[in-house]
Amino acid sequence: MSARPTSGERLARFAVSPARRRKDTFARMAILTATVIALIPLMLIIYYLLRKGLGSWSTSFFTTDPTGNTFFKSSSIGGIKSAILGTIEIVALASVIAIPVGLGVAVWLVEYGKDSRFAQTVRFFVDVLTGVPSILFGLFIYIVLIVGTGSSYAGYKGSLALALLMLPVVTRATEVILALVPGALRESALALGAPRWRVILRVVLPTALPGMVTGVLLAIARAAGETAPLLFTAAATLKTNFNLGQFMNSLPVQIYSDVTSPTTAVVNRAWGAALALVTMILLLNVIARLISRRSRLA
Amino acid sequence: MEAASIPGGGRRLLLRSPLARLPDRALKYGLTALAALILALIVYFFIRLVGQARPAFARFGVFGFAFENEWNVSAERFGALPLLVGTLITSALALLIGVPVAVASAIYATELCPLRLRAALTVLVELLAAVPSVVYGLWGIFFLAPKLQPAEQWLADRLSFVPFIGGGVVTIPNYFITGLVLAIMILPIVSAISREVMATVPSDQKEAAMGLGATRWEMIRMAVLPYCRSGIVGGAMLGLGRAIGETIAVTILIGDAPQLGSHLFGQGYSLAASIANEFGEAQGLHRSALFAAGLVLFVLTLLVNGIARALVLRAARAGSARAGVDGDDGRGRHIAETVAGA
Repeated sequence: MSARPTSGERLARFAVSPARRRKDTFARMAILTATVIALIPLMLIIYYLLRKGLGSWSTSFFTTDPTGNTFFKSSSIGGIKSAILGTIEIVALASVIAIPVGLGVAVWLVEYGKDSRFAQTVRFFVDVLTGVPSILFGLFIYIVLIVGTGSSYAGYKGSLALALLMLPVVTRATEVILALVPGALRESALALGAPRWRVILRVVLPTALPGMVTGVLLAIARAAGETAPLLFTAAATLKTNFNLGQFMNSLPVQIYSDVTSPTTAVVNRAWGAALALVTMILLLNVIARLISRRSRLA
Repeated sequence: MEAASIPGGGRRLLLRSPLARLPDRALKYGLTALAALILALIVYFFIRLVGQARPAFARFGVFGFAFENEWNVSAERFGALPLLVGTLITSALALLIGVPVAVASAIYATELCPLRLRAALTVLVELLAAVPSVVYGLWGIFFLAPKLQPAEQWLADRLSFVPFIGGGVVTIPNYFITGLVLAIMILPIVSAISREVMATVPSDQKEAAMGLGATRWEMIRMAVLPYCRSGIVGGAMLGLGRAIGETIAVTILIGDAPQLGSHLFGQGYSLAASIANEFGEAQGLHRSALFAAGLVLFVLTLLVNGIARALVLRAARAGSARAGVDGDDGRGRHIAETVAGA
């Protein structure tokens, strides 16, 4: 019986009391449970999209326009050809508008504006635009191009509404990447006698390219899924249409109008269209992530 | 004296001709004009929206419009209180359900998760942000709402003694299901911001807590969470801004009953839903009232987002200031990037 405590007894003085240990275990379990809960909706959405959506996919689903004969038998309701083509057309035009402008503003912020007061103001307003609810962009285009001109809905008006939505996303995403281009690279080019515009076009932009492509693709993916800005700008129609000056169908609007239908076949068409839309958006996301891996800057 | 002169024309040799400098100027002023254009655009938007909303405000007054409890299209009475309340109830529900889950998943990803799982977990949560609003609406109304209806009815019966929550009959479109789907929709952004802010906590501080004998949870509670409070609150506010402005999913899920719902599981309406639902057929005063609802929505999201961004950017600045000591300012940038992506 020595007076000295054994090593076990000495360690026991440092041991965590059972109450604290219970609390720790409980908290960890709660956090783990919440994390699992956070992942459940995604699984459920994907599962249901595949189950319901794949059922309505067929060759004719992608090659025919919706007919509007929703009260007759299911074979006559048609597919989603006009919606897919419309989405591609509208989003393509929106990208053509938003990407150069957004990129230009980003280049200005990084290369010219820097931390000046004006640049800070522009940054603030770009952030403000990011937070504006998407339906308000639709209202804005409606006020300016439909009330203002007295004309009707058109595909290009939808594109403009989506472009407004994409603009702040493109600007901020590319600005973050451009700011990463090392200053030494710019200075070397300038020291070699290159004028500023050549430095920007030949050195800064190519260096930042992969990162910028990622940001742009994510912005396109976001715009492709938007319904609200298109409701009162491009409207909806049944026919496939290659003229952006006329009414144009799109996947989100097609889904939105099909959701409210009492006919099961039409609701199934909405599931099929939703699966097509989500597939398109996920593809863009995957491509964006693959490209961002190749970026040397991040 | 001779040493100062450069052979062959001196300093002039190094200057570019005015013509060669032209593209530089063009680029600079062109880009500045582009930046100014964005400011002009927002101001112009605001002015035009106010102009369109004016007839409604003139008829009912600004406060009469916002706080009168009657939205009656056929009687041309437009008081947006039921819409405003619907927006606020569903957004509050979204925060109540979504923020704890989002913060917990962020804690798990940054502090508890095995390193190999971290990237996968992050990507999975972010995938939720890629699902379009209309798909959430479709899924919510045809899958979630019918599946949850019995559970909701059970809850409503048990809570029948609580006014405004329990007691009534659960309808398929209702406030609760809208709030729940909104919670799922804001989860990725709140989680991403929380994760970024938690990553700014210096490891010294966490190690110090562990070294003093804290358990993992005590370390999280005492060293991590107090440190990120403003960032997490900012992230939650960004989520709130998102929930307030969310249109299509809400329009599908909330029903179109333009009066104050009698209880949580009843139908209601929201500002954005009223516009999406009614704008297509609206004329005259009705249309002006919808523009006014848009204006209220605009101001509301501006306020919420302004506060949110200030909070998050403060956390980001603190993060980069600290990281600056270590000679690396990556953290603050990451937060700014996440905010930009929001």
